[in-house]
Amino acid sequence: MTAARLLRAYLVEAKYESLRMLRAPGFAIPFLGLPVMLYLLFAVLIFGAAVRSEPLAGKALFTAFAVMGVIGPGMFGFGVIVAMERDQGYLVLKRALPMPPAANFVARMLMAMIFAALVMISVAVAALTAGHVALTIGELLATFAVGVAGALPFCAMGLAIGAYVSGRAAAAVVNLVYLPMLHLSGLFYPLPAFLQSIAPIWPPYHLNRLALAAAGAPVRGEAATHAAILVAETLLFGLIAVRRLDKEERRR
Amino acid sequence: MPDDSLAALEGARKQYGKIVALDGLDLLVRPSELLAVLGPNGAGKSTAIGLLLGLVRPDGGRARLLGRSPQLLDTRREIGVMMQEVFLAPELRVGEQIDLVASYYPAPLDAATVLAMTHLGPLADRPYGKLSGGQKRQVQLAIAVCGRPRLLFLDEPTAGLDLAARELMWALLRRLVDEGASILLTTHYLEEAEALADRVVVLSKGRAISSGTVGELRALVTRKQIRCATRLTVADVAGWPDVLGADVDHERLFITTHAAEDVVRRLLGADPGLAQLEVKRAGLAEAFRALTDEVSA
Repeated sequence: MTAARLLRAYLVEAKYESLRMLRAPGFAIPFLGLPVMLYLLFAVLIFGAAVRSEPLAGKALFTAFAVMGVIGPGMFGFGVIVAMERDQGYLVLKRALPMPPAANFVARMLMAMIFAALVMISVAVAALTAGHVALTIGELLATFAVGVAGALPFCAMGLAIGAYVSGRAAAAVVNLVYLPMLHLSGLFYPLPAFLQSIAPIWPPYHLNRLALAAAGAPVRGEAATHAAILVAETLLFGLIAVRRLDKEERRR
Repeated sequence: MPDDSLAALEGARKQYGKIVALDGLDLLVRPSELLAVLGPNGAGKSTAIGLLLGLVRPDGGRARLLGRSPQLLDTRREIGVMMQEVFLAPELRVGEQIDLVASYYPAPLDAATVLAMTHLGPLADRPYGKLSGGQKRQVQLAIAVCGRPRLLFLDEPTAGLDLAARELMWALLRRLVDEGASILLTTHYLEEAEALADRVVVLSKGRAISSGTVGELRALVTRKQIRCATRLTVADVAGWPDVLGADVDHERLFITTHAAEDVVRRLLGADPGLAQLEVKRAGLAEAFRALTDEVSA
């Protein structure tokens, strides 16, 4: 098999994984629509007046809803779907077929990044047009890049969950992590001192800091530190998942 | 291992907990042959395929595919697979499913050819999730053949298909073998093996209890089964010539034999009060039972 054909196989897998998720209304509508709708609700309708007098608050709401939107596709795309596929024997068929190594996981990562890109674009358009947020082109591109790459830690987190739980339990378990994590990361409102002190254990906290820094807002801590923590968390969750999936395969 | 075998199990053993799925199975698929693996549920058919595909690791013995390890990606690029229970993305259309799997192979057939071969042309744009059970099996077959495999594994390919769909599938399988492919097929259906197979292996309890050509298998099922209500016991008839096996169920005597007429004559002579006499051709299940009895005797 030539290298070009091999690369094509990865791309075809990514194309169909993305198409598949875009066509699944239960996946595409909440993950593509909800972030921008919630952004418009909170940042424009409810707190619009406050945002106009406080530019930093506008940027904070923009990055908070963008980060929220970036988390979902990876976490649910991996968490719920991997668990279902383990139950339904899809992974077994893929292993029997000559699928290139991990092509389905690479494809799903790219799918999550494509969804993240669409979320970033929709929230950014809403922020620039209705949200009175002012961003330079550089800030806009940097925030976009942070958001797209920022999907990856949540792919790993979802994979770690999907590798352990059953298909039936997966959606509930992912939600059980996803919803508290969004709030405990301090994305949307100031947290009480104790919760604020433990917010840095959650990946969205760091992603939000990076997004804020990219959007030109003053941020506590070095961007490099936040990025390093996200990379480490991605590797940790990925390792947990791979060990589990490998163990499951060895049992056959 | 002879050089010409495409797939081979050599003394393969596999155990799940206390259940022995394969108990020293030898199996060989030769070039351009269709080998049917027959056996009742739990005989070890799917485990045997799993070993040859590298999905299951043997506890003992070994599995070779095209003379190499089945775990190697390069090996699997020369085979096609249709498994028993398969989940494919319901949102993807039939043509897309084929395009996706074809991308895994070095020199696949083009999608239009595969669609025509498998009679799926009219369904090319239909999402997989909207197909009937039989149509889904056709798509799974299309996926199995799209990479121009030298060797095809088909696990119960026609289970749940209606007669017309089954015959279309048979015609395609015959054509593939004529064109030089080899096929290993598992089935419950005797007539499927009769219609297609060059060679048949019968599995029971993880072992090959019989193997041979279709003709040899057919001889096996010339056995008849006699049932009757009689005062004769199993012990009375067990020693008669031509009686291959005897058993009692619901107060009726069951006899398996090749020579139903002779045995019936003798039964009626020995018990004038004999009633509820039935003679029927032994089905595959009875043939299996008779074979397994012979094996364990």
